[in-house]
Order: sequence, then C-alpha cells, then structure tokens
Amino acid sequence: MEQLLNDFSPGLFFMQTLILLVLIFILVKFAWKPILNSLNEREQGIQDALDAAEAAKKEMQNVTADSEKLLKEARAERDVLLKEAREIKESIISEAKEQANAEGDKIIKQAQAAIESEKKAAVAEIKAQVANLSLEIAEKVIKEELSNKDKQLKLVDDMLGDIKLN
Amino acid sequence: MTVPNLVGAGLIVIGAGIGLGKIGGSAMEGIARQPEATGKIQTAMIIIAALLEGLAFGALFLGK
Amino acid sequence: MRVLKTPFVLATTLFILLFSNGINAKSQEDKKEGAVNTKEEVEEYILHHIKDSHDFHLFSYTNSEGERKHIGFPLPVIVWSSEGLVTFMSSKFHHDDSGHHIVEASGTRFAKLHGKIYELQPGAESITFDEEHHATNATKVLDFSITKSVLGIVLVGLLMLLLFGSLAKQYKSKKVPTGFGRVLEPLVIYVRDEIAKPNIGDKKYRQFTGYLLTVFFFIWILNLLGLTPLGFNVTGQLAVTAALAIFTLIIYTVKGNKDYWQHMLWMPGVPVLIRPVLAVIELAGAFLIKPFSLLVRLFANISAGHIVVMSLIAILITMKAEMGVVGSSLLSFVLSLFITLIEVLVAFLQAYIFTMLSALFIGMAVAEHDHHHEHDEHGHDKVDAEDVRGNYI
Repeated sequence: MEQLLNDFSPGLFFMQTLILLVLIFILVKFAWKPILNSLNEREQGIQDALDAAEAAKKEMQNVTADSEKLLKEARAERDVLLKEAREIKESIISEAKEQANAEGDKIIKQAQAAIESEKKAAVAEIKAQVANLSLEIAEKVIKEELSNKDKQLKLVDDMLGDIKLN
Repeated sequence: MTVPNLVGAGLIVIGAGIGLGKIGGSAMEGIARQPEATGKIQTAMIIIAALLEGLAFGALFLGK
Repeated sequence: MRVLKTPFVLATTLFILLFSNGINAKSQEDKKEGAVNTKEEVEEYILHHIKDSHDFHLFSYTNSEGERKHIGFPLPVIVWSSEGLVTFMSSKFHHDDSGHHIVEASGTRFAKLHGKIYELQPGAESITFDEEHHATNATKVLDFSITKSVLGIVLVGLLMLLLFGSLAKQYKSKKVPTGFGRVLEPLVIYVRDEIAKPNIGDKKYRQFTGYLLTVFFFIWILNLLGLTPLGFNVTGQLAVTAALAIFTLIIYTVKGNKDYWQHMLWMPGVPVLIRPVLAVIELAGAFLIKPFSLLVRLFANISAGHIVVMSLIAILITMKAEMGVVGSSLLSFVLSLFITLIEVLVAFLQAYIFTMLSALFIGMAVAEHDHHHEHDEHGHDKVDAEDVRGNYI
C-alpha cells in the first residue's frame, strides 16, 4: 500500500484529469453528439420504413380481403341469378307444356266436336238422301210394279224383307 | 515481500480461484441448460468475475 | 480473432525483437547502464517499465567502442518548485534514475530518483540517503511533466479526435459511413446498446453515453497501445485509473436522484436503529469501495499483464544457462505469444468492464424506483435483487 501511494503521481493525475475533461468535452460536442444523432435518425428512418412497409402490407391484406369479399358476393349473386334463371326456365317450360296441353286438348275437343257435328250432318244428309233415294226408288218401283199387280206385291215383299235385314 | 505477506497473497489467490471457478462452472451449467441465454449469462458472469477480481486485487494491494 | 491475430503476432514479434535488443545487449563490462543480464536486473527493468518515465526510451545498445547508446527521445519536464514553474528537457538527467545526477535549472537543483523528481534543499550539492534509502535533504515536487504516459494520453486523445471526428463528419454527407468508419460504427453501437442502454435504462442513457464512449475507447486504445513495443503503460498507472474512477464517482454522485440518496442515507423498510450503520456502509461503498474497485481492477490487470509478458520475455535471459539460446528463445516466444493473445482479450475486457461498471453505477444512481416492495407479514420489505445489488459492488 505504501509503495503504491509512493508510486502515485499527483502530476500525472492532474494531467490525466485535465486531458480527459477536454477530451470528453470535445468528443461529446464534435463526435458523439453528431454520431449518436445520426445513428438515431437512421434507426428512426429504418423503423419508419419498416412501419410503413408493415402498414402497406396490412393495406394490401385489406384490399385483398375486400376484393375476395367482392368476388364472393359476386359469386353468390351469380349463383342466385343462375338459380332464378333456372327456376324461370323451368316454370316457363312447364307453363308452356301446360299451355300446349291445354291447347291440344282444346283443339282435340274442337276437332272431336267438329267431327261429331260433321258426322251428324253427314248422317243426317245420308239419312235424307237415303230417304230421298228410297222415295225415288220407291216411286220408280212403285211406278213399275204398280203396273203389274203381282210384281207390286212381290216388290213390297222383297222390300220388306230387305228392310228387315237392315 | 515478507513471508506473512506471501502467505496472505496465496490465501487471497486461493479464495479468488475458488470463487472464479464457481462462477465459471455455474455459468457453464447455465449455458448448457439454456443455450439461448448465453449472452446474458456471459455478461453477468463477466460482471461478477470483475467484482471478485476487484476484491482480490484490493486485498492483494492492501497487503503489498 | 483471425483479423486480430496477424497484427498481434507481428506486434509480439516486434516487441520481442525490440526488447530482446534492450535486454540482450552484450556488455563487455559488468555494470553497463541499462543492460539487463541477471535476474535482479530483469526485475528492476520490469519494475522500471511498469512505472511512468520522463523520457521516451525505446532500447539501448553498446556500440563498437564499448559506449552505451540509448535510443529514444527526451520529453519536457515541467515541475512546480519553490521557485515556481520550472521547465527543462529530461535529457538533462542523462538517463540517471538514482538521484546522483543533479540538474540545475532556474536557480534550484533537481535530481531524479526512482522516476520521481526531487528538489534539493538550498545549498545541498547531492542527495543524502537514510538507511531506508529515502532522501533526507530533498523533497518531491509537483510534477506536471509531459511524461511518457501523458504523451500516450495526448496521442490517444488526438487519435480519438481524428477517428471519431472523421466518423462524425461522414454522417453529414452520407447515411452509412465508409472506410474505417465502418469498423468504428458497430463499436459505437455496441457500447450504446450493450453497455449504456441495458444498465442505465432507455430513457436516461443518452446523456451518459458520451462519457461512456469516451472512456471505453480511451481505455481500450491505451490498453492496446500498452501491448505494442513502444512500452506505454498508461492504464497501468494508478493516477490515470484513479482519475477515470473519480470521473465516474463524480458523475454518479452529481446525477444521483432523490431515491438514490434516500436508499443510501435513510433507507425505507429498515429498522431505524440499523439505518445509521447501513448508511455508513452505503456511503463507504459509494465513495470508497466502488471507485477503488474500479481503479484498482484496471490498474492491476494491466500492470499484471505487463509484468507477466515481460517476465516471459525475460525467460530469454533467465533460462539461458539451463536451456541454451535457442531453447530459451523458443520457450519465451511461445509463452509470450500466448500471453500476449490473452492480453489482447484482457485489453478489451478491462475497457468493457470499466465502462460496464461505470454504466451500472450511474444506472443505479439515476434509476427510478418505481418497483413496489413486497411486504411480508411483519410489514418489512422483502429484499429484492435490486436492493442488494449494491452490496456486492
């Protein structure tokens, strides 16, 4: 201890204190302050850039999410539209079928009715003609047959026989 | 240096050696257990070793 | 490590070359001034090297006429004597360190004894010694000389101004430094992020970072300078480390906040009767033990490193008889190379530890004690790590 104290040099201590004080003062003012400030600035800049990138990424994600949402909606809408269209188509088809059926039925009925009335008319005409014909025949026959009594009788008999067959 | 001084210095060095050994050993164990904490353990180890060293040197120089 | 290795192998080689020159100089006569051939002379040489000196001495040799030559240059001596400030060049002492060579300047007489300058009492022609080899008729003067250490400090100061001034200038024109600044910038960031920030805290670190950076680079560069063959031993001077430690002491004493003083002088949660006792211990811790541990650690580590390296180099001489020239040279080279590599690590480590502990002490003084103490059932504070941390420092 004694030797250490003996070795201790107050002059060197003084010089060291003086120089260190000056050194700290100058370095702080002209070196450390600008260095640390620019380091901080740079780090702040990097941090800001990172933050901005992060924000941009989030924005992008939002945009993607939005567009996806839109796409989904559009798809849903399309589905709805398609479904509606299909329903409409089906309903149109079925309606058309029904209508066609109804029309067909009507036409058939009309046709049937026409056929029936034609038939009736025809039958009536035939009946009338037959009646006329028979009257004419009868007239002729009668004219001829009535010239001959036997023949008249025979004719009547034949005719009666025919009618019976009818 | 007188004989008691030398003996005292030897005792100090033995004590400091044991202390440093314990610090180092524990640090190694800690690092082995948690390799991810290596940096922190090393820093703490160096600080404690420095404190011990200061103590040992102080004692050595007081006796010189 | 690979980057470091080459220059230091080189440095070690140079170191050995130069010192072996100084140590191994062949001397025809027994007592050649500055020649180192025996164990005692080696010891004396090493002790001499550890001390500060008034001239810059590189090595000595004996020329062909048997004359002893010293290579180096003198430094100015500035002393505060009874006649006021006296200056002269150290070459006037003619490398005498035993107090025999008397220098007359400004009407007073000076002599150099074991690296210290003494002023002879009026009328005295030469120094007389008592039995313990203390001078009886001369007194030590206040010595403000530009000694080797002061020169080293000034050189390192200028170097730092140059390096970091240019680094600071680079930031004016560009965002990322180029050249050597690219090496310095990570170191600055390292000190800021690994030493200042974690120990002082994110909010307050900024105002102390300048001091910590200055001290860190100052000590580191001086430590490394001590490993060169120039023979500087600046951080191995008690006066230098004491000045550094006292700077830290002043900073954490001046900047200490209310909490710091309260926890030191009248700590809450401790029985009142014990408080004065603890306060005395705390005061001793803050004003004596902390700075003392700081200054002694750095001084002792660097001095011890120098002594070990030089002792290993001295194997060249001390083991010459047993191992021959080649064997002792080889052993000395291998061992001193190994130790020098370790010293490179120590040079950084000591700078780191000094800065680290300074930051820790400052951090403890300015810390906001916003942590709430846990109370046990008796209402006493439970101690937590932060409270006892100071006791171990």
